[in-house]
Amino acid sequence: MANKVIHAMYDDEQKLLEAARSLVAKGVRVKEVYSPFPIHGLDPVIGIKRTRLAICAFLYATTGTTLAILGTWYFMVSDWGGINIGGKPNFVWYENAPAFVPVIFEFSVFCAAHGMALTFLLRNGTLPGMPATNPDPRTTDDKFVMEITTEQNPGFPAQDIEDLLQPTGMYELSIKDN
Amino acid sequence: MYRESPVRTPLVLGHKTYHDISNDICAPIEGKAHRQWKIALTIASIVALYGIGCILYLVGTGVGVWGLNNQVDWAWDITNFVWWIGIGHAGTLISAVLLLFRQRWRMAINRSAEAMTIFAVLMAAIFPVFHMGRVWVAFWTLPLPNTLGTLWPNFNSALMWDVFAISTYFTVSLVFWYLGLIPDFATIRDRLVKPSWKRVYSILSFGWSGRAKHWTRFEEVSLVLAGVATPLVFSVHSIVSMDFATSVVPGWHTTIFPPYFVSGAIFSGFAMVLTLVLIMRKTMRLEAYIHVKHVEYMNIVIIVTGSIVGVAYLTELFISWYSGVEYESYAFINRFSGPLAWAYWCMMTCNVISPQLFWFKKLRTNLAFTFIMSIIVNIGMWFERFVIIVTSIHRSYIPSGWGEFKATSIDIGLFIGTIGIFFTMFLIFARFFPVIALNELKSILKTSGESYKKQNETTPH
Repeated sequence: MANKVIHAMYDDEQKLLEAARSLVAKGVRVKEVYSPFPIHGLDPVIGIKRTRLAICAFLYATTGTTLAILGTWYFMVSDWGGINIGGKPNFVWYENAPAFVPVIFEFSVFCAAHGMALTFLLRNGTLPGMPATNPDPRTTDDKFVMEITTEQNPGFPAQDIEDLLQPTGMYELSIKDN
Repeated sequence: MYRESPVRTPLVLGHKTYHDISNDICAPIEGKAHRQWKIALTIASIVALYGIGCILYLVGTGVGVWGLNNQVDWAWDITNFVWWIGIGHAGTLISAVLLLFRQRWRMAINRSAEAMTIFAVLMAAIFPVFHMGRVWVAFWTLPLPNTLGTLWPNFNSALMWDVFAISTYFTVSLVFWYLGLIPDFATIRDRLVKPSWKRVYSILSFGWSGRAKHWTRFEEVSLVLAGVATPLVFSVHSIVSMDFATSVVPGWHTTIFPPYFVSGAIFSGFAMVLTLVLIMRKTMRLEAYIHVKHVEYMNIVIIVTGSIVGVAYLTELFISWYSGVEYESYAFINRFSGPLAWAYWCMMTCNVISPQLFWFKKLRTNLAFTFIMSIIVNIGMWFERFVIIVTSIHRSYIPSGWGEFKATSIDIGLFIGTIGIFFTMFLIFARFFPVIALNELKSILKTSGESYKKQNETTPH
């Protein structure tokens, strides 16, 4: 059976949310939702797990902290052999550690922020020159599109899904062969 | 659905739909440039070119073209540096701190405030970089392996901390700003018809399509970036203040500096945001999105931070006497009665007395008055840095180390020039970038829009 892609368009995020709830309750899988802004409460309905980006940020931050500690130790203590600047010798790292706190903090933030931003872009596949994949240009303006494929819903022919969608107050419906 | 209390003033006035928001904010990008915009850009770029000319003359001749001398070796340059950095702080405060506090009114102004941050930090960086003299070796501030035996920068120095603080602050602000812009660039991309411009915004939008998972990640990234930017913004100006506080100059060597500088930074930054936003809302017809309530909120921040700054001034003065250190007390007596007393009193009037007028609701909701005040505050904050820097070092421990400072035309030209460069950048931003965060504003429309709030009140929960 050919795969059919159904795009149900709504003009209000609440209508889409209700529709997604009712369809999922009947066992239909929603493949994707395109919206001009985040719809709160949608993720658990269509089965999107909580993102782990924050954990990444923490790991990048600890990497930054470690590198900065190693760096200050190497530059000020090891390589320069405890050089004495203004009567403040650097024989051991921990005695001068308070003076290194600003740099360690800044470098941790630097790594966390940039690491996280890069991971976000790479994981999304949103990079300079990437083509837009939203099905309709209006989804970045004021319309909300729910994408359902027959491939993911073997128990539901396209007609059944359409029947289920009909009472949900759609703005537009399009069914395409893929 | 979340409902906002009817007591709260709506944040979007009139009846606006999602499509109206896109139309209103994309209009300046899609339409032809205004005459006013062209005139403003011409003036700003002439001033900017003059500033660039001053920089080139400075590089070609040497730092001696500034009015610095053996005694006063930091003056306008560092004053301007601290002033610009301080202005930048409001942008991060609005976009990061107010995000953590879930302040919805920030959504109308965060984009332009962040742009202001980025341009202001760039202007700030000009001063210390060119003060190095041999600007082509500016990269020596970074710990790079080198052939000088190997020579590392001194990590015990507050100036070195500044290099890390400012560069981190600049790049993190830039990333935070750009990530927020991506979905809005996608909106513009999908609206434009002309293929060449569509292509430009297509590249800028990174192929953003508004998928549900991407939005989840987007919100997480915004939240975490706000979380790291919040301590960052406080650390940056603290570190800037440590450039002074870690020295042994009377008038600089005080522990009050970090909080005092941070609140001063927010104070001047909000004033600059007001200056820009008040012009922007009028010329770009954004009155429905940035209205009196937003201005009032910002004015309240100005009262709070202005009062903190005022208390800090008086504390400093008291402690200089109470410490019993004669050099310390002389430094402060010299501030308010010495040769530069006019600058001190100018600072006191602009920063301590004038913001107190905002206690009157009539005045803080008056846009013309706010605009004048925003400029007065920025003048006051410039003088604050000038007073701290120049009056502290023009009198040393022994009278033979006393000197005077006179600004040269290059000092003045460079300062005016940075204002020109700043406004050139901001005007270009206002023409080609969405000046209000579209996606964020749409997400609060149904809860904070005027017509929707009225509708919600009449319908049962």
